[in-house]
Amino acid sequence: MLELDTVTAGYDRRAPVFRGASLTVAPGESVGLLGPSGCGKSTLARVAALLHRPDAGRLVLDGAEVRAWRHRAPRELRTAVGVVFQQPRTAADPRLALADLIAEPLRATGRRAEAADRVAELAPAVGLTADLLTRRPHEVSDGQLQRACLARALTLRPRWLICDEMTAMLDASTTAALVAAVETYRETTGAGLLAVGHDRVLLHRWCDRTVEWKECLPAEENP
Amino acid sequence: MADPRTHRLRLWSSALVVGVVLLAVLLVPPLVQLDEQAVDLSRKLLPPSWAHPFGTDDLGRDLLLRCVYGLRISLLVGLVAALVATVVGTAVGAAAGALGGWTDRTLMRLVDAFSSVPHLLLGIFVVALFQPGVWPVIASVAVTHWLSTARIVRSEVLSLRTRPFVDAAVSGGASRWRVAVRHLLPAVLPQAGLAAVLMVPHAMWHESALSFLGLGLPSHQASLGNLVQTARSSLLAGDWWPTLFPGLLLIVPTLAIAGLAGAWRDRLNPRRRSELML
Repeated sequence: MLELDTVTAGYDRRAPVFRGASLTVAPGESVGLLGPSGCGKSTLARVAALLHRPDAGRLVLDGAEVRAWRHRAPRELRTAVGVVFQQPRTAADPRLALADLIAEPLRATGRRAEAADRVAELAPAVGLTADLLTRRPHEVSDGQLQRACLARALTLRPRWLICDEMTAMLDASTTAALVAAVETYRETTGAGLLAVGHDRVLLHRWCDRTVEWKECLPAEENP
Repeated sequence: MADPRTHRLRLWSSALVVGVVLLAVLLVPPLVQLDEQAVDLSRKLLPPSWAHPFGTDDLGRDLLLRCVYGLRISLLVGLVAALVATVVGTAVGAAAGALGGWTDRTLMRLVDAFSSVPHLLLGIFVVALFQPGVWPVIASVAVTHWLSTARIVRSEVLSLRTRPFVDAAVSGGASRWRVAVRHLLPAVLPQAGLAAVLMVPHAMWHESALSFLGLGLPSHQASLGNLVQTARSSLLAGDWWPTLFPGLLLIVPTLAIAGLAGAWRDRLNPRRRSELML
């Protein structure tokens, strides 16, 4: 269970982006979070991925409350939540070839030996051909790079996957391929999914349930 | 704005000058085996001729040979000081930018404190602490020149560390150290390298300034600053060559190194790169 409990977060303590947001993702469940641009749903996604310390509220992963964030968070908790960002160009280190990009989490966690096998397994699953794996980010398209970013998020087999506007930059066929790749991963591992976005049609079709952003907030925040 | 042809001309002429200078300072001393300090008063202050292309100085020493030795010392000081200053500046800037908080504030106040003293003055203070020689001069230039690199690297790291690819690395289990060394440092190295190359001519000028003030190398040891300093008195008597040639050797290689650095800077900037069709 991934539980966000009355989370207040933002980039300035005096003026948080949102107050008291709550959301739950059960194991194996897929939840779509819908909201207008600028409402704070990406910040909530970053809190759920342990990348942003909230000003108040709790994040609970399988009953364990998260008390440290970013580098200070225990590695098992950090890597239990995989994350895919909206813009693959800024989310990929421009110096790494796609194969290294996908293998990076294994290298960072001292499991270098498994890297080659895992890349060979993930590349076809996200629809990357072998010749693309040796290319650097500036030599591939946005769609191809986003496929690699999705593969990277899956490298350590996270129990939850957070897709923050994953397909906002992409064409319809790439969107379909990436959604299919995520669903295949979830069927085999039973991972939970939090998909954040503003594409109503896509999230309604993709997810078990969709939540409007204002439903996450307490009543007094929604006059 | 330089068009591609001017850019290429600048690049190749700079590379040619730097190449000739490097060959001269590396090959001439071991091959020629002449003593550049040998005094011969019967040949003092001879104007340029085939036997002495740069003429001789007031003690009858061949100026071409002394200029090559002087350039050798100046380049050594420039390169080592620039290297040390860049390594120190990059380490301090990267630590301040990547760690943030108190580390950042303490390190940057240290940088401010160093910058508040005019750096020639600080450099003079450092050389005054030691016996005259090459290493105090290198230390003096390095101590006063890591500040700008530290500032450049810190601001680059600050802008990089909020990028999503750093978030992605953290989410993938990377430690703070790994993010700094594998993702942030490689991204700032081209900038730091450019700063280092631009610093070489600057450091050479500092060496010359210190030697000219009589604070750098001992006066028997040829350095470009020493050569200009000792030639000053003969200039008033109408002997122009002991000042002109060391002066030119200070100006031309520094312009050439700056030209190479300029070409590199153009390459680092993608927009300039596409304009120049590199």
